[in-house]
Amino acid sequence: MTLTKAELADLLFEKVGLNKREAKDMVEAFFEEIRNALERGEGVKLSGFGNFQLRDKPQRPGRNPKTGEEIPITARRVVTFHASQKLKAEVEQSYDGKQS
Amino acid sequence: MTKSELVADLTGKLPHLTTRDVDFAVNLMLDAIAEALTRGDRVEIRGFGSFSLNYRPARQGRNPKTGEQVEVPAKHVPHFKAGKELRERVQEAAEAAARDQRLRQAA
Repeated sequence: MTLTKAELADLLFEKVGLNKREAKDMVEAFFEEIRNALERGEGVKLSGFGNFQLRDKPQRPGRNPKTGEEIPITARRVVTFHASQKLKAEVEQSYDGKQS
Repeated sequence: MTKSELVADLTGKLPHLTTRDVDFAVNLMLDAIAEALTRGDRVEIRGFGSFSLNYRPARQGRNPKTGEQVEVPAKHVPHFKAGKELRERVQEAAEAAARDQRLRQAA
């Protein structure tokens, strides 16, 4: 099973008492907040869950794997996530290596 | 940005909800994501990214204090991959900021 925005909205509908429309908007607004912060160049720290950080990578030489032609990979800013100790420990303790 | 700043921002944008409601809702969503991962399920948030588990095989480690060899057991660790929209927005904002800086320096 895969968890998606639809299931998160259902959860808010059931447990927060939002109507379906509000629940859907809330899920969207939550991820938009994180996207906006990262777009501003700001990391996001969610205690107990993990941190979203930005890394600036300089340009580096690359190669077209098909033609072998050398083309530079341009400088880029990428998002990285570091799970909290708590989340790592929870996964280590409960996940037995099988797909549910 | 911290969780409480995020909750405050979000409350400002959802005027029909209190800070307490929003805080509760944010924690529910984060707990649901964490629980999915502990079950070994994937989490896919369109336009944002996906969370999944990566396997780390067992390895020989060393106790940094005693220098003693210890077997570190195999485990799974949470992994996030940014989605297309997030990747592109962050990259475009970074390029725009770099352009602005060059223009200011030239002026």
